[in-house]
Amino acid sequence: MKGSVFLSSLVRKSSAGTMESSDVFVELEPAGEIEIEIESVVQQQFGQAIEQAVRDVLREQGITGAHIRLTDRGALECVIRARVETAVRRGKESV
Amino acid sequence: MRRSMLFLPGNTPNILINGDALGADALIFDLEDAVSPDEKDAARVLVRSAISSLGYRGCEIIVRINGIDTPYWQDDLREMIPLRPSLIMPPKTSCAQDVRTVDEFIGRLEGELGLETGTVRLIPLIETALGVENAYEIASASKRVAAIFLGGEDLTADLRCKRTREGAEIAYARSRMVVAARAAGVDVYDTPFTDVNDDEGLLLDARTAKSFGFTGKAAISPRHVPGINEIFSPSMAEIDYAYEVLEAIRLAKEQGRGAVALRGKMIDAPIVARARQTIEAAEQLGLGGKKHEE
Repeated sequence: MKGSVFLSSLVRKSSAGTMESSDVFVELEPAGEIEIEIESVVQQQFGQAIEQAVRDVLREQGITGAHIRLTDRGALECVIRARVETAVRRGKESV
Repeated sequence: MRRSMLFLPGNTPNILINGDALGADALIFDLEDAVSPDEKDAARVLVRSAISSLGYRGCEIIVRINGIDTPYWQDDLREMIPLRPSLIMPPKTSCAQDVRTVDEFIGRLEGELGLETGTVRLIPLIETALGVENAYEIASASKRVAAIFLGGEDLTADLRCKRTREGAEIAYARSRMVVAARAAGVDVYDTPFTDVNDDEGLLLDARTAKSFGFTGKAAISPRHVPGINEIFSPSMAEIDYAYEVLEAIRLAKEQGRGAVALRGKMIDAPIVARARQTIEAAEQLGLGGKKHEE
């Protein structure tokens, strides 16, 4: 095994995204199991869909343990998925 | 038909998500200058996610990658080629070898992905003095090259002159780029007009570019797109005239006449070729003209 691409667990804290409109700020840290916190202006309508999108990305990336916190500024699902994926990739990199 | 190409910053969701509603014929997803070095990874993932999810129907997709002198361009291509964008725009292309370097890497990725070689084409951005001097060599360096694109801002920095509203300082580059592109049989695109609030300046600049022979023009603001589209579309008068030219040619052939005149002017081969180009463009844009109304 070489390089970080084969890692399936987080080795450090990471973040991705911004607090700007239509974006989401994602903070991620290694944990024993998956814990998801979401703060969103559309929590009522889309909270479940956002959580599902986060879980999907974590599964695709092979992550079984992470504490993830999202501060959503009205991001579309494709943006949420992208920011979570970036945070995961950054969290897998050893510095 | 590609008249306008609008730059979208690759790491800015609120602009990216509305890309296809801005009226541009092509969208340039920018991974280069619009993205800071520590966000290159995020921009790649965001652009990939946006393109694969939103689709941008009705717009041609172009991705401006980072230059081959940076550590980013290969990762840009690894992330983008699976999406099969119409065009990849390598910046600061200065010679044929620059094109071949990108061409070979894309070919390798296409092979790995099982895509037909040449699926993704290139629109090299020429923005250095050396690039302008080598424009023909660049335009004909690979079958992948579909067009070349002049970048006026970096070019004027390289030329050590000031970029002006009138653009006299880039007249030679414009002329040379158009001649090189046409000689190589590819399209050619003009640099954006960078004063977002100067609508009149944009129209003047776009008319100048069209008069040089450019196929279309890039924009950095959606506000400039309608003006560019209008200027690079054939006018109704041009379409009507084009149909009259072809009709006059048809009648002359029918009557066995060699020389043809229309509105007191001889019609020769270049006029006929231009008429055909005008009608082809009009048909692609769904524009009518007299013939259409009949």
